[in-house]
Amino acid sequence: MSANLTIGEVEKGQSLPDLSIDVGVTNVVLGALASRDWRPMHHDKDFAVERNGTRHVFVNTPHNAAYFERYITDWTGPLGRLGRIKFQMKDSVFPGDTMVFNGEVDEVRVDERGCAWADVRVELRVGGEVTTECTASVAIPQGEDDNPWKRRGEDWQP
Amino acid sequence: MSDLPAEVQGWIGEKRYPIESEFDVERGYIFSSCASAENGNPLFWDEKVAQAVTGGFIAPPSMISVWFRPHFWTPDRTEEGKPLQCHFDLKDSLALPEAIIADNTIVFGEPVRIGDRLSTYQVIRSVSELKTTKLGTGRFWVLDVVYENQKGELVGTESYTGFGYRRDS
Repeated sequence: MSANLTIGEVEKGQSLPDLSIDVGVTNVVLGALASRDWRPMHHDKDFAVERNGTRHVFVNTPHNAAYFERYITDWTGPLGRLGRIKFQMKDSVFPGDTMVFNGEVDEVRVDERGCAWADVRVELRVGGEVTTECTASVAIPQGEDDNPWKRRGEDWQP
Repeated sequence: MSDLPAEVQGWIGEKRYPIESEFDVERGYIFSSCASAENGNPLFWDEKVAQAVTGGFIAPPSMISVWFRPHFWTPDRTEEGKPLQCHFDLKDSLALPEAIIADNTIVFGEPVRIGDRLSTYQVIRSVSELKTTKLGTGRFWVLDVVYENQKGELVGTESYTGFGYRRDS
Protein backbone atom coordinates (compact mmCIF):
# COMPACT_ATOMS: atom_id res chain seq x y z
CA MET A 1 0.00 0.00 0.00
CA SER A 2 1.29 3.46 -0.89
CA ALA A 3 1.59 6.43 1.44
CA ASN A 4 -1.31 8.82 1.31
CA LEU A 5 -1.81 10.31 -2.13
CA THR A 6 -2.95 13.92 -2.48
CA ILE A 7 -5.06 15.12 -5.39
CA GLY A 8 -2.22 17.31 -6.68
CA GLU A 9 -0.29 14.13 -7.44
CA VAL A 10 -3.10 12.78 -9.66
CA GLU A 11 -3.81 13.68 -13.28
CA LYS A 12 -6.09 12.52 -16.04
CA GLY A 13 -4.62 9.62 -17.99
CA GLN A 14 -2.34 8.56 -15.15
CA SER A 15 -1.90 4.81 -14.81
CA LEU A 16 -2.42 2.97 -11.55
CA PRO A 17 0.25 0.36 -10.71
CA ASP A 18 -0.55 -3.12 -12.06
CA LEU A 19 -1.43 -5.86 -9.60
CA SER A 20 -1.21 -9.58 -10.30
CA ILE A 21 -2.82 -12.27 -8.12
CA ASP A 22 -2.83 -16.05 -8.60
CA VAL A 23 -6.18 -17.61 -7.71
CA GLY A 24 -6.54 -21.01 -6.08
CA VAL A 25 -9.55 -22.95 -4.84
CA THR A 26 -8.84 -21.72 -1.31
CA ASN A 27 -8.99 -18.07 -2.47
CA VAL A 28 -12.39 -18.65 -4.07
CA VAL A 29 -13.80 -20.46 -1.04
CA LEU A 30 -12.31 -17.99 1.46
CA GLY A 31 -13.81 -15.06 -0.45
CA ALA A 32 -17.22 -16.72 -0.54
CA LEU A 33 -17.22 -17.61 3.15
CA ALA A 34 -15.83 -14.21 4.21
CA SER A 35 -18.80 -12.67 2.43
CA ARG A 36 -21.19 -15.22 3.97
CA ASP A 37 -22.10 -16.57 0.55
CA TRP A 38 -22.95 -20.22 1.08
CA ARG A 39 -24.12 -20.89 -2.47
CA PRO A 40 -22.52 -24.10 -3.75
CA MET A 41 -21.16 -22.75 -7.03
CA HIS A 42 -18.49 -20.98 -4.96
CA HIS A 43 -17.26 -24.09 -3.12
CA ASP A 44 -18.65 -27.22 -4.86
CA LYS A 45 -17.03 -27.92 -8.22
CA ASP A 46 -19.56 -30.60 -9.21
CA PHE A 47 -22.42 -28.19 -8.63
CA ALA A 48 -20.68 -25.38 -10.54
CA VAL A 49 -20.01 -27.63 -13.53
CA GLU A 50 -23.32 -29.46 -13.65
CA ARG A 51 -25.74 -26.67 -12.68
CA ASN A 52 -23.99 -23.49 -13.77
CA GLY A 53 -22.21 -24.91 -16.78
CA THR A 54 -18.89 -23.41 -15.67
CA ARG A 55 -15.55 -25.21 -15.59
CA HIS A 56 -14.97 -24.83 -11.85
CA VAL A 57 -16.08 -22.88 -8.78
CA PHE A 58 -15.70 -19.15 -9.34
CA VAL A 59 -15.08 -15.86 -7.49
CA ASN A 60 -18.33 -14.36 -6.17
CA THR A 61 -19.52 -10.76 -6.51
CA PRO A 62 -18.57 -9.39 -3.05
CA HIS A 63 -15.13 -11.00 -3.32
CA ASN A 64 -14.70 -9.32 -6.69
CA ALA A 65 -15.65 -6.01 -5.03
CA ALA A 66 -13.13 -6.63 -2.25
CA TYR A 67 -10.35 -7.10 -4.81
CA PHE A 68 -11.26 -3.84 -6.60
CA GLU A 69 -11.43 -1.92 -3.32
CA ARG A 70 -8.01 -3.27 -2.36
CA TYR A 71 -6.55 -2.36 -5.78
CA ILE A 72 -7.80 1.24 -5.63
CA THR A 73 -6.91 1.93 -1.99
CA ASP A 74 -3.48 0.33 -2.41
CA TRP A 75 -2.94 3.25 -4.80
CA THR A 76 -4.49 6.04 -2.70
CA GLY A 77 -3.39 4.99 0.78
CA PRO A 78 -5.78 4.83 3.76
CA LEU A 79 -7.05 8.41 3.40
CA GLY A 80 -8.60 7.50 0.05
CA ARG A 81 -12.34 7.02 0.55
CA LEU A 82 -14.42 5.14 -2.00
CA GLY A 83 -17.61 6.98 -2.92
CA ARG A 84 -18.92 4.87 -5.75
CA ILE A 85 -17.89 1.69 -7.49
CA LYS A 86 -19.49 -0.05 -10.44
CA PHE A 87 -18.40 -3.26 -11.99
CA GLN A 88 -19.58 -5.38 -14.83
CA MET A 89 -18.57 -9.01 -14.90
CA LYS A 90 -18.09 -10.34 -18.41
CA ASP A 91 -16.66 -13.68 -17.40
CA SER A 92 -15.86 -15.54 -14.22
CA VAL A 93 -12.53 -16.03 -12.46
CA PHE A 94 -11.62 -19.64 -11.70
CA PRO A 95 -8.95 -21.47 -9.69
CA GLY A 96 -5.74 -21.61 -11.70
CA ASP A 97 -6.34 -18.16 -13.21
CA THR A 98 -3.93 -15.26 -12.71
CA MET A 99 -5.83 -12.01 -12.25
CA VAL A 100 -4.13 -8.87 -13.52
CA PHE A 101 -5.57 -5.50 -12.50
CA ASN A 102 -4.71 -2.31 -14.32
CA GLY A 103 -6.30 1.09 -14.08
CA GLU A 104 -6.26 4.64 -15.36
CA VAL A 105 -7.52 7.99 -14.09
CA ASP A 106 -10.44 9.18 -16.22
CA GLU A 107 -11.01 12.49 -14.49
CA VAL A 108 -9.84 14.62 -11.58
CA ARG A 109 -12.43 17.02 -10.13
CA VAL A 110 -13.53 18.94 -7.05
CA ASP A 111 -17.26 18.86 -6.25
CA GLU A 112 -19.38 21.79 -5.04
CA ARG A 113 -18.70 20.83 -1.41
CA GLY A 114 -14.95 21.04 -1.94
CA CYS A 115 -14.30 17.30 -2.00
CA ALA A 116 -11.59 16.22 -4.45
CA TRP A 117 -12.27 13.11 -6.53
CA ALA A 118 -10.42 10.83 -8.90
CA ASP A 119 -12.66 8.89 -11.28
CA VAL A 120 -10.81 5.75 -12.28
CA ARG A 121 -11.40 2.93 -14.72
CA VAL A 122 -10.02 -0.47 -13.79
CA GLU A 123 -9.88 -3.65 -15.82
CA LEU A 124 -9.42 -7.14 -14.48
CA ARG A 125 -7.89 -9.45 -17.04
CA VAL A 126 -7.26 -13.17 -17.09
CA GLY A 127 -5.07 -14.51 -19.89
CA GLY A 128 -5.26 -11.12 -21.60
CA GLU A 129 -9.07 -11.15 -21.71
CA VAL A 130 -11.10 -8.64 -19.69
CA THR A 131 -13.28 -10.51 -17.20
CA THR A 132 -14.51 -7.50 -15.20
CA GLU A 133 -14.66 -3.80 -15.97
CA CYS A 134 -14.89 -1.36 -13.09
CA THR A 135 -15.36 2.37 -12.72
CA ALA A 136 -14.99 4.04 -9.36
CA SER A 137 -14.92 7.46 -7.74
CA VAL A 138 -12.51 7.81 -4.86
CA ALA A 139 -12.15 10.90 -2.67
CA ILE A 140 -8.53 11.94 -2.20
CA PRO A 141 -7.17 14.58 0.22
CA GLN A 142 -6.37 18.01 -1.21
CA GLY A 143 -3.53 18.43 1.25
CA GLU A 144 -2.10 17.27 4.56
CA ASP A 145 -4.98 18.81 6.55
CA ASP A 146 -7.75 17.25 4.44
CA ASN A 147 -9.38 13.96 5.38
CA PRO A 148 -12.26 12.75 3.17
CA TRP A 149 -13.38 10.36 5.93
CA LYS A 150 -14.42 13.34 8.07
CA ARG A 151 -17.02 14.42 5.52
CA ARG A 152 -20.60 13.79 6.59
CA GLY A 153 -24.12 14.66 5.44
CA GLU A 154 -24.22 17.30 2.71
CA ASP A 155 -20.42 17.42 2.56
CA TRP A 156 -20.33 13.82 1.26
CA GLN A 157 -21.83 13.63 -2.24
CA PRO A 158 -20.60 10.45 -3.93
CA MET B 1 -48.31 -3.92 -22.97
CA SER B 2 -46.02 -5.76 -20.55
CA ASP B 3 -45.90 -9.54 -20.80
CA LEU B 4 -44.86 -9.78 -17.15
CA PRO B 5 -47.08 -11.63 -14.68
CA ALA B 6 -49.27 -9.23 -12.66
CA GLU B 7 -47.52 -10.35 -9.48
CA VAL B 8 -44.15 -9.20 -10.83
CA GLN B 9 -45.55 -5.93 -12.18
CA GLY B 10 -46.88 -5.21 -8.68
CA TRP B 11 -43.44 -5.73 -7.13
CA ILE B 12 -41.73 -3.06 -9.28
CA GLY B 13 -40.99 0.05 -7.21
CA GLU B 14 -42.29 -1.51 -3.99
CA LYS B 15 -40.19 -1.32 -0.79
CA ARG B 16 -39.77 -4.99 0.10
CA TYR B 17 -38.10 -7.19 2.70
CA PRO B 18 -37.17 -4.60 5.35
CA ILE B 19 -34.91 -6.49 7.72
CA GLU B 20 -32.36 -5.89 10.43
CA SER B 21 -29.03 -7.68 10.27
CA GLU B 22 -28.87 -10.93 12.26
CA PHE B 23 -25.70 -9.77 14.03
CA ASP B 24 -23.61 -6.69 14.81
CA VAL B 25 -20.77 -5.62 12.53
CA GLU B 26 -17.71 -7.43 13.86
CA ARG B 27 -14.03 -7.73 13.11
CA GLY B 28 -13.82 -11.47 12.43
CA TYR B 29 -15.46 -11.20 9.03
CA ILE B 30 -13.46 -8.04 8.33
CA PHE B 31 -10.20 -9.95 8.84
CA SER B 32 -11.45 -12.78 6.61
CA SER B 33 -12.53 -10.38 3.89
CA CYS B 34 -9.21 -8.52 3.99
CA ALA B 35 -7.38 -11.86 3.89
CA SER B 36 -9.42 -13.00 0.89
CA ALA B 37 -8.26 -9.94 -1.08
CA GLU B 38 -4.88 -9.60 0.64
CA ASN B 39 -5.95 -6.09 1.67
CA GLY B 40 -3.36 -4.59 4.04
CA ASN B 41 -5.08 -1.21 4.45
CA PRO B 42 -4.12 -0.16 8.02
CA LEU B 43 -7.65 1.21 8.57
CA PHE B 44 -8.63 -2.41 9.19
CA TRP B 45 -5.51 -3.66 10.97
CA ASP B 46 -3.87 -0.77 12.90
CA GLU B 47 -5.87 0.80 15.71
CA LYS B 48 -3.78 4.00 15.81
CA VAL B 49 -4.30 4.64 12.11
CA ALA B 50 -7.99 3.76 12.35
CA GLN B 51 -8.44 6.12 15.28
CA ALA B 52 -6.62 8.96 13.55
CA VAL B 53 -8.30 8.61 10.14
CA THR B 54 -11.80 7.27 10.77
CA GLY B 55 -12.27 7.71 14.52
CA GLY B 56 -11.96 3.95 15.15
CA PHE B 57 -12.17 0.70 13.25
CA ILE B 58 -14.57 0.58 10.33
CA ALA B 59 -15.51 -2.16 7.86
CA PRO B 60 -14.23 -2.15 4.28
CA PRO B 61 -16.94 -0.36 2.30
CA SER B 62 -17.14 -3.24 -0.20
CA MET B 63 -18.39 -5.51 2.60
CA ILE B 64 -21.71 -3.69 2.81
CA SER B 65 -23.82 -6.66 1.69
CA VAL B 66 -22.02 -9.12 3.95
CA TRP B 67 -23.85 -8.06 7.10
CA PHE B 68 -27.20 -9.14 5.67
CA ARG B 69 -26.42 -12.52 4.31
CA PRO B 70 -28.44 -14.94 6.43
CA HIS B 71 -26.84 -17.63 8.55
CA PHE B 72 -26.71 -20.86 6.58
CA TRP B 73 -28.62 -22.55 9.38
CA THR B 74 -30.47 -21.46 12.50
CA PRO B 75 -32.44 -23.56 15.01
CA ASP B 76 -35.77 -22.00 14.06
CA ARG B 77 -35.53 -22.04 10.28
CA THR B 78 -36.25 -25.06 8.12
CA GLU B 79 -35.30 -23.61 4.73
CA GLU B 80 -31.97 -22.32 3.52
CA GLY B 81 -31.84 -18.54 3.85
CA LYS B 82 -31.32 -16.57 0.65
CA PRO B 83 -29.83 -13.11 0.33
CA LEU B 84 -31.26 -10.82 -2.35
CA GLN B 85 -34.68 -12.40 -1.87
CA CYS B 86 -36.20 -10.27 -4.66
CA HIS B 87 -33.71 -11.82 -7.07
CA PHE B 88 -34.92 -15.29 -6.10
CA ASP B 89 -38.58 -14.20 -6.14
CA LEU B 90 -38.12 -13.10 -9.75
CA LYS B 91 -36.42 -16.37 -10.68
CA ASP B 92 -39.29 -18.34 -9.17
CA SER B 93 -42.15 -16.22 -10.46
CA LEU B 94 -40.71 -16.01 -13.98
CA ALA B 95 -39.76 -19.73 -14.00
CA LEU B 96 -36.11 -18.99 -14.78
CA PRO B 97 -34.05 -21.65 -12.99
CA GLU B 98 -30.59 -20.10 -13.42
CA ALA B 99 -29.42 -16.56 -12.73
CA ILE B 100 -26.28 -14.48 -12.62
CA ILE B 101 -25.46 -10.99 -11.36
CA ALA B 102 -24.13 -9.14 -14.40
CA ASP B 103 -23.56 -5.66 -13.01
CA ASN B 104 -23.17 -4.18 -9.55
CA THR B 105 -23.00 -0.50 -8.50
CA ILE B 106 -22.41 0.54 -4.89
CA VAL B 107 -22.67 4.10 -3.58
CA PHE B 108 -21.22 4.52 -0.11
CA GLY B 109 -22.52 6.78 2.65
CA GLU B 110 -21.55 6.91 6.31
CA PRO B 111 -18.77 4.45 7.22
CA VAL B 112 -19.89 1.15 8.76
CA ARG B 113 -18.41 0.85 12.25
CA ILE B 114 -17.70 -2.10 14.53
CA GLY B 115 -20.81 -2.76 16.62
CA ASP B 116 -23.24 -1.17 14.16
CA ARG B 117 -26.53 -2.98 13.67
CA LEU B 118 -27.60 -2.29 10.10
CA SER B 119 -30.98 -2.55 8.42
CA THR B 120 -31.95 -2.86 4.78
CA TYR B 121 -34.75 -3.06 2.26
CA GLN B 122 -34.95 -4.03 -1.41
CA VAL B 123 -36.63 -2.37 -4.40
CA ILE B 124 -37.06 -3.96 -7.87
CA ARG B 125 -36.53 -1.12 -10.32
CA SER B 126 -37.20 -2.87 -13.65
CA VAL B 127 -37.60 -6.21 -15.44
CA SER B 128 -36.82 -6.51 -19.17
CA GLU B 129 -38.58 -8.30 -21.97
CA LEU B 130 -37.27 -11.75 -22.92
CA LYS B 131 -33.74 -11.67 -24.34
CA THR B 132 -31.34 -14.36 -25.58
CA THR B 133 -27.67 -14.31 -24.57
CA LYS B 134 -24.87 -16.89 -24.77
CA LEU B 135 -26.08 -18.25 -21.41
CA GLY B 136 -29.66 -18.84 -22.51
CA THR B 137 -33.01 -17.07 -22.84
CA GLY B 138 -34.33 -14.98 -19.99
CA ARG B 139 -34.79 -11.51 -18.55
CA PHE B 140 -32.59 -8.81 -17.05
CA TRP B 141 -33.69 -7.06 -13.88
CA VAL B 142 -32.39 -4.16 -11.78
CA LEU B 143 -32.64 -4.45 -8.02
CA ASP B 144 -31.65 -1.82 -5.43
CA VAL B 145 -30.64 -2.74 -1.90
CA VAL B 146 -30.63 0.21 0.54
CA TYR B 147 -28.60 0.02 3.76
CA GLU B 148 -28.96 2.16 6.90
CA ASN B 149 -27.33 2.13 10.31
CA GLN B 150 -29.06 2.10 13.70
CA LYS B 151 -29.24 5.92 13.61
CA GLY B 152 -31.17 5.83 10.35
CA GLU B 153 -28.18 7.16 8.41
CA LEU B 154 -27.67 5.90 4.87
CA VAL B 155 -24.53 3.78 4.73
CA GLY B 156 -24.93 2.67 1.13
CA THR B 157 -27.05 1.65 -1.82
CA GLU B 158 -26.30 -1.28 -4.05
CA SER B 159 -27.83 -1.68 -7.49
CA TYR B 160 -27.64 -5.11 -9.08
CA THR B 161 -28.40 -6.08 -12.65
CA GLY B 162 -29.39 -9.73 -12.67
CA PHE B 163 -30.05 -12.03 -15.61
CA GLY B 164 -32.39 -14.94 -14.95
CA TYR B 165 -32.37 -17.54 -17.69
CA ARG B 166 -33.11 -21.02 -18.92
CA ARG B 167 -30.20 -22.78 -20.59
CA ASP B 168 -30.95 -23.39 -24.28
CA SER B 169 -30.79 -27.09 -25.13
